[in-house]
Formats: sequence, C-alpha cells, structure tokens
Amino acid sequence: MTVTEDRPAAATGEIGRDRRRKEDQRLITGRTRWTDNIQLTGMLHMAMVRSPFAHAKIVSIDTSAAKAATNVVDVYTGADLGESQGVLINAWPITPDQKTPVHLPMPADRVAFAGEIVAAVVARTAAEARDAAELVDVEYEELPAALDMKEALRDEVLAHPDLGSNKSALWVFDSAEAGTGGNVDDAIAAARTDGVVVEREFRQNRLIPAFMEPRSTVVDPTGEQNVMYSATQVPHILRFALAATTGVPESKIRVVAPDVGGGFGGKLQVTPEEWLTWCIARRLGKPLKYTETRSESLMAAHHGRDQWQKLTMAADKDGTLTGFKIELTADLGAYVAVVGGGVPVLGAFMFNAIYKIPAYHFACQTVLTNKTWVDAYRGAGRPEATFGVERMMDELAHELGMDPMEVRRKNWIRHDEFPYTTVSGLEYDTGNYEAATEEAMASFGYDELRAEQQRRRESGDRVQLGIGISTFTEMCGLAPSRVLGSLDYGAGGWENASIRMLATGSVEVTTGASAHGQGHETAFSQIVADRLGVPFESVEILHGDTQVASKGLDTYGSRSLTVGGEALVKAADKVIEKAKPVAAHLLEANVDDIEFEAGTFSVRGTDQGISIADVAGAVFVAHNLPEGMEPSIDADATYDPVNFSFPHGTHLCAAEVDTETGAIKLRKYTCVDDIGNVINPLIVAGQVHGGLVQGIAQALFEDAVFDDAGTLVSASFVDYLVPTAADMISFDVHHRSTPSLTNTLGTKGVGEAGTIASTPAVVNAIVDAVRHFGVNDIVMPCTPERVWRAINGSGAGGADPTTGDAMPHFDAEGEQA
Amino acid sequence: MIPAQFEYAAPTSLEEALALLAEHGDEAKVIAGGQSLLPVLRMRLNAPEHVIDIGRIEGLRGIREDGDAIVIGATTTHATVLTDPLVAEHAALLTKAVHHLADAQIRHRGTFGGALAHADPAGDMGAPALALGAEFVIAEQGGGTRTVGADDFFVDLFETAIGEDELLTEVRIPKHTGWGAHYEKFVRVAHQWPIVAVAATLKAEGGTITEARVGLTNMGSTPLRARAVEQSLTGQPATEDAVRAACEAAAEGTNPPSDLNGDADYRRHLATVLSRRAVLAAAAG
Ligand SMILES: Cc1cc2nc3c(=O)[nH]c(=O)nc-3n(C[C@H](O)[C@H](O)[C@H](O)COP(=O)(O)OP(=O)(O)OC[C@H]3O[C@@H](n4cnc5c(N)ncnc54)[C@H](O)[C@@H]3O)c2cc1C
Repeated sequence: MTVTEDRPAAATGEIGRDRRRKEDQRLITGRTRWTDNIQLTGMLHMAMVRSPFAHAKIVSIDTSAAKAATNVVDVYTGADLGESQGVLINAWPITPDQKTPVHLPMPADRVAFAGEIVAAVVARTAAEARDAAELVDVEYEELPAALDMKEALRDEVLAHPDLGSNKSALWVFDSAEAGTGGNVDDAIAAARTDGVVVEREFRQNRLIPAFMEPRSTVVDPTGEQNVMYSATQVPHILRFALAATTGVPESKIRVVAPDVGGGFGGKLQVTPEEWLTWCIARRLGKPLKYTETRSESLMAAHHGRDQWQKLTMAADKDGTLTGFKIELTADLGAYVAVVGGGVPVLGAFMFNAIYKIPAYHFACQTVLTNKTWVDAYRGAGRPEATFGVERMMDELAHELGMDPMEVRRKNWIRHDEFPYTTVSGLEYDTGNYEAATEEAMASFGYDELRAEQQRRRESGDRVQLGIGISTFTEMCGLAPSRVLGSLDYGAGGWENASIRMLATGSVEVTTGASAHGQGHETAFSQIVADRLGVPFESVEILHGDTQVASKGLDTYGSRSLTVGGEALVKAADKVIEKAKPVAAHLLEANVDDIEFEAGTFSVRGTDQGISIADVAGAVFVAHNLPEGMEPSIDADATYDPVNFSFPHGTHLCAAEVDTETGAIKLRKYTCVDDIGNVINPLIVAGQVHGGLVQGIAQALFEDAVFDDAGTLVSASFVDYLVPTAADMISFDVHHRSTPSLTNTLGTKGVGEAGTIASTPAVVNAIVDAVRHFGVNDIVMPCTPERVWRAINGSGAGGADPTTGDAMPHFDAEGEQA
Repeated sequence: MIPAQFEYAAPTSLEEALALLAEHGDEAKVIAGGQSLLPVLRMRLNAPEHVIDIGRIEGLRGIREDGDAIVIGATTTHATVLTDPLVAEHAALLTKAVHHLADAQIRHRGTFGGALAHADPAGDMGAPALALGAEFVIAEQGGGTRTVGADDFFVDLFETAIGEDELLTEVRIPKHTGWGAHYEKFVRVAHQWPIVAVAATLKAEGGTITEARVGLTNMGSTPLRARAVEQSLTGQPATEDAVRAACEAAAEGTNPPSDLNGDADYRRHLATVLSRRAVLAAAAG
C-alpha cells in the first residue's frame, strides 16, 4: 500500500468510448464455451423423435428396434416418463380465466403440433442416437387440426378438444373505463359524421427467431448440485422453473448459460428439450447432451408475431386524432408459452405510440392452434403495435390528402409537454420528436426524394419511388415489478449486480443480466471502470451462471443496460461508500473530508490521495482498518426500476418498386434514434444495424408458412429467407441523447429499436410507391409477386396467402441411388 | 444434422470409380463438390451405403481449348469457371451466369459437372449450357464414352442422360467468340436459387441480331430453350420495341412450378420481362 503524494491525472472517461467488444474474439472464432462444445466424462447423447402431424392421437410407439440398435442406452416415451418429466410453465396468464393447455415436455397420448416430441433416444454418440431415432415406429391416428387462427375462433375444430374452445383469453384495456381518456366508440361515431374514419386490417406475419447457435442442453447430475448447461437467455428463470415444476430444491440446481449465440427472444423459453434432458440425465445418473438440428430449431423452437390487427382510427378533418380502436387476434400456437399470451398484450401500451389520442380501446384475443408455439421475438408486442399505428398514420394522411409527416407532427407529444401521461396510462419522462425528425429529414433528403417521386410518377417511370415514415417510441427496461404485478406477470423486473474488489487490483463484477451476443462484457466493464476509476482491462464481467451471479432476471426486453446497468452503478456506489472510511483511516483524515474522483480518494484541499485498488489491497490484508470494520468493501445491489425508459426515433425509408416485376430495392434508410446517453457507440451502431435488418426482413423476406396439413413449409433456410449483407444497403444511422430521467446513467434501451421501427417504414414506403395504382396495403412479407399482383389489381391488394411448396432443391427424388 | 453411415471411397482413376459404381450398383452415390448431395444426406432424404468421391481423379478437372470448342472437366469448380479467361472469351454466358450462382463459399466447393448432373431445374448452369449447345461426355462401363447433346441431356426433374453406373467426365462448349451475353436472375435474396432466370447470348452485326440463343431457368422440369423468342429475334434490330415484341413469346410451351416464391402465372410473366432484359443487355455488350 502506498499513499501517493501526487494526484494521478484524471482517467479518460470510459462511458461514450467506442471500444471494440472484448468478447468478440472468442465468440467469432468459436474457440469458446458454446454448450455443444461441452464434453463431460461419460456423457451420453440424445436425439428426438418428433411428430410429423399437426394434431394426432398417439396410438402406439414401438421402441424395440431402436433399443436394440448399436450403443443405444435407452429409449423413452411420454408414457415411460409420466409425471417425472415435469411440466412447462406459462408465467403470464393474462386473464384469470385464460385457457391454458397442460404442456408436457413429451406427451403420451396426443400431439398438438408438427414437431412435438414423442420419443427420446439416448446413445453413446450423437450419430448413434440419430440413427436409432429413425427406428422408432410411432403409430398415429390423425385428428383434424385447427390451423388458421380466424377459423379457429369459430371453435369448429379444436386444437385441444378437452379445453372446449380455442379461445385462450380476451384482454381488454379501455380508456373510458380506466379513466385515462374518452369513449372510443363515441369518438368513431362522431368522426363518421364530422371527421374521417380509417379502417384497416393488417397481418403480422409469423416469424422464426433464427438465432445463429441452435439450442443445446447438457445436464450433469453427478454432483450434489445438478447442473444444467443450456443455450438460454434466461438461466435464472430456468432454474426457478425447474425447481417449481420438477420438485428438485432450487438450492440443488445450478444453471449455466455458457456463451450463447444469439436469442432474439427465441431463447427466453423454458423448453421441452431442456426438461427432457434434465429428467433423463437424472434418471440415468449420467451427463447427457441434446443439441437440436437447424430443421428442429425452425420447426419446434418458438415462433414470433402472428397476429391479425383490425384497426379503426378516428380524426377531425384537420388531421387531429380523436380515437383509436385496436382489435387483435393473436395466434399462440399449440401451447401458451412462458410469456406467449403477454407479448401481444404489451401492445396495449404502445399502439398510442407518440401521439396524443383522446379515446382508446385495445382488445386482444389469443387463440390456440395446432401450430408451433409463439412467444417473444425481438421487440415483443411493440413492433406489432408500432407497425399498426404507423401504417395507420400513413393511411390517415392519404385519406386527408396531407403529408404523412404533417399528420404525425400535428398529433405527437411536443417536447415541452413532457412528462406526459399517455392514454394507455404510461408516463413518458422525456422525448424530443421534433428534433429527431428534423435531423432525420435533413439527412435523408426528404424534400428532394419527394420531388423525385413526383417526377417518376408523372413520367410513368417503370421504377416508382416511395417514402415511408415511422416515428416510433418503445417501452424499454422490463420492468418495474409493480407494473408487472398489476399485469399478473409471474415474476418481478429487478436486476442484481455485485462487485468484488480483488486483492491484486482487478474487479470482478457479476450481473444477473445474461448476455447472448449483445456485448455486455464490454459495456458493463466501461460503466464499472468509469464509476470506480479503474482501468477497463481490470474489470471482469461474470454472468450466466446461477452459482456465480446468483440473483438475476436475465436478458430480454431491452433491460440489461437500463435495469442491469443501474444495479451496477448502485453496487459501485456502495463499494465507494464502504471504501471511504478505509481511505480516511489510511490518510489519517476525517471521512467527511474525503472526496472520490477518477479512482482516487483524496483529502479535500490537500494533495494527499489513495487509489481504490490500494484500498482494496489494504482491506485484503486487513492489517490496518478502522476499528470494528468488516474487512470487505465488496457490495451488491438489486435495482427495481421506477419506470420504463422510452427511447424514440424517426426512421425514414425510400424504396424503389419495379412495377414490371414487383421487385423492391431499398434506396435510402435514415434513422435518428434518441436512446439517451450512450455507453458505447460501436455497440449501439451494431444493435441498430442488426435490428434494422431484422425489421426489414419481416417486411420483405421472412415468413413461416404452413401447408394445409399444418406442416411447416419454410422449414430450412432455403425457404425461410433470412437476408444477408448482400441484400441490404448502407444505413444512415444517427443518434440523439436526451437522457432518460428514470436511471442514473440516463440510458434508454436500444436492443430492439431498429426492429420495432423499421418494419412499418419499409411497408409504408412500398405502399407509397404504388398507391397511385389503387393500392392501400400489401401483406407482409411484401414479396415481388404480392407487389406485382397489388399493382395489377389481382389478389386483393396483394393479400393472397402464401401457398405452395418449398423449392425442392434437395429433394430425395433426384437422389434415389 | 448427421447423415446416416456410409462407406467412403476416393478413387484416383476413372476406371476405379467406374468399377466401384459397377460393384455397388444403386447402393452407391457419386460425390463431387457435395453442395447438393451433402444437404440431402444430412437431412436424411437419402442414405446411400457407398459414397464415391470423384474429386481426386486428376483428369476430370480443368478447362482447355479443343478446336472450335472449350472443354470443361466435370469436377472443375464454379469458382474456376468464373475466373477462367477461355470461358470469358468463348462462352461469356457461362461467366455471367456462374457469377450469380450461390455464394463464394459454395462456388469454391461445388462443381460444374455436379451442378449439371444434379439437374435441378432451378440450377443456374443448365439454361446457359443449353443455350450454348453444350455436349456432355459420359464415361460408360467397359471403357467407352458417349457424347450427348444438350437437347437430350436434361430428361426431367433431377434426371439426366447419365446412367446409374456412368460418370459425366467433361462438357464441350462450342465457342461463341464475340457473342454478347447476359444472365438475368430474379431472386428475393442474393443467396437464393432463381425464381426464374433467363440466359441470353447473341451475335449482332450492325445493330441487327443475326443469331440468338435464349435459355430459361426454372420454367419447367428441365432447363428450356425459348425457341420462339430466338426465331423472332433473328434478323431484328436490337431495339427495345423489337426485342419486347419478340420476348412476348418467352413463356410459350413452358410449365413453370408454383411454390413459395411465386405462382406459375407470375413466373410466366417474369419470363417475358426477364427475357427482354437479358436480350437487351446481351445486345449491349
Ligand atoms: C446454400 C446453397 C445455395 C445454392 N445456390 C445455388 C444457386 O443459386 N444456383 C445454383 O445453380 N446452384 C446452387 N447451389 C447448388 C450448387 O450449384 C452445387 O454446386 C451443385 O448443385 C452441385 O455440384 P456439386 O459438385 O456440389 O455436386 P454434388 O453435391 O457432389 O452432387 C450432386 C449430384 O450430382 C451427382 N454427380 C456429381 N458429379 C457427377 C458426375 N461427374 N457424374 C455423375 N454424377 C455426378 C451426384 O451423385 C449428386 O447426385 C446451392 C447450393 C447450396 C448448398
């Protein structure tokens, strides 16, 4: 320990630096701990047998040939495992009377979607398990399947006959009842005579999260703690759910999310595959691994979106909004997933978006079908809402003959009106829609592009140009626990962090947020380095292991930074407070005279100081501490947010439509996102770019299509079109920083912004390009064929459902030897 | 995913490969670049007991000039075809088309012969080969070879004139030196097989088209020639109007599929538009 006489030069601020991500080398090269890389002594491997039918009775399962195959250890069916397999939970029953089918990991009697597991084969190698799985002989008796969600509402064919209805729950928010606004039906009636009413029905296509790393689970039951390694976003929730449903005490369960390769919501599930690996490994007393194939992932990991949105917007003739009524039908698929019912309900708070709407009504009917289950996908409820309202604002503008930005400007909350309580009851703390929009329009060249659009239209150019707007906001940082409680969500929304000041000067930080590609290790290191004034390199972020970071609620809903980051700040502040008396003691000064800046405690008005690392060293040896002080300056903090954060932004898209073929070419994409204070601009840019591509992909490319038998047709990446860099343009990305008032760092979430905002911007642009052909909607994904049909007036505005088969490039037909 | 088990053989001579094919009959499958076969095996759509790798047979690889033709060995990779100067000079249509085939990784593994033998009607090599009047050299059991013309090579979906115990050894492409060429491929994402594509190559003198060849991809169970278009183009000026009129007939006699990426009627429409664009681009350079 040394007491320095000279004050060290102030450390350069870490926050706001565009540091390269420290985790990238190991993640990108793959020299890391992906779950499938884990090899344990004596580990066995598992393969699944899955139902090819959407709905069928399991008549019999003959496992004898599989059991007799080389190196097969055992084969299990639902009947073999019975109750020991536990049950999968729905953590968010949206109404008290929600119909929730029992979800067994492996049912014994009936399958409810194509891809559901009916048998599990365990062998010494993964290849032998796969080979033997082919030998399991299942006899099914096909049952009629409920596939189309609108037809399913009629309850003629039941997804789960024992439930008596496909209608799972109806969730309603009404501003007149809640006292947050007027009666929407009155507003609509009034507008029918004196104003304008726009009515549209939009489709939210079904999407597949398509994370890069397929899901994988390894269970090691050989110690006192049973360990589950899983490619999950939610190790803590997973541990809780395992304890709650399998009867194993929580203290005997350790869940590890090693490096996880993407999730986008797709890995916030608690899955049949995890439950079966857990159950069977424990039964065998041996480590067991299950890794899914890409085909299994596409068919059986949860899907996203999938709604019909019936929207009615009322306004005065000058464009002032008077009411907005939202009636959603949301497909849950075969089971109510962990937050499956809640995701569309989040839209209730977002359909009003950035606008002052006097009367508002939101109703969401969730429906069970015999398709893959549906749950959160990047944005979760907010993209759906943003799409609906932003498409409607364009439709309203057209109806009134106004510029679509003018209609928005007329109705949005002005920056001097914050804080603002919306018609759905949220309090927006800050925002500056005017400034973001002004910057976006200038950078985009809005007026020039409008002029070009006009020229092309007048000359009847083969290539027409359209401009699409999306002025969005979102609620980030899930979530204040009290709010979640009021929505009957099964958990809280706090986050935990702890900081351990090691003797040799490094700082070990644990966080309950569970990174799966976002760059937490870098951004969180910057926050701690900044707060404690220690070098960035000295900070180590530990996460994703319930024995290391024992408390946490994981990563989703753009919460890691705004909630988890705030917990870090609070823990760091506690460390500083604990260290202060030690510093005072060592500097022989009064605590009240100690100041802390840039990593150094100093005595006010003197040049005496001591670094926090040196204080940590002194505490480690504990030779000379203040009387009665516990020899530790480590601290932890659990932070429960008081409110959401509300990032917002203006996204502008210009798209060219080849009217001969319907082909779409993005011409320019500008976004100005106000995401509060930025910790690392490089990570923010990455999040925005990736988010934009995913949102654009919903508009143009991605679609989970089922055939009439309920089989997923887009079941490989040949047919489920995930775009690459080759399909995109360079984005014109800007950000503004109006600090959030709800957390110390002034940050807002950015993980989902691009996805939420971009989809309507793109579709608005396409519709704008071809509106003069009488088109007012094109169903997503806006394929060239749909655009072409819309232009040519066939297929109801391009609303034809996608039908037909997958492309047969790898058909066995050509390969019969 | 993991393929079912198979025996792997990597013969170094054509004779050896043919002998293995004779020995194992329909339990054997030839692998070249594996870019079509491996997905089939991994998805367990097929499970041959023997896989015979022809990648180590020296004589099957490479591109050479032979009189009025260039000769492309069956296991020559797409990447080699793409950058080969002989191909660029005498069969520019191939260079243009292979540029759009899949992505760089696949082009470095996949082979010219494998693509043609696989005979996916959505494959990008069939229509150009057909348009250029390629001849396919097939090695038979007993040491003989036979040459099959392009019109007889493609039999049906995934079916060619190559017999089960035979191998495609090389493809002879008559020189089309100085012909303009263009491959117009219509896709939704860049790494996709064409929804429809048109391969056009033509000779023009003083602004008049003297000869034209137009091949269609994914407009039926095999690659097709748009013969009506070819005939109408001959003797026409290479103008937008003339070409447009000629290309109206592009979908004549075709039988395109309906799938996720488009219904048959949309594909017929695309064929006319893309033919016009391909021909005009070919005429321009
Ligand atoms: C993701 C992806 C995208 C693709 N995109 C495209 C695309 O856009 N356009 C396109 O045209 N293609 C595309 N392909 C396919 C690619 O062109 C393959 O290279 C080609 O289809 C097969 O060539 P190969 O050498 O890999 O053949 P292999 O896969 O090894 O063999 C294919 C078939 O041909 C047989 N065969 C191979 N060589 C011979 C021979 N000499 N004699 C007799 N039989 C033989 C094999 O037995 C097998 O049945 C794509 C492939 C993938 C995986």
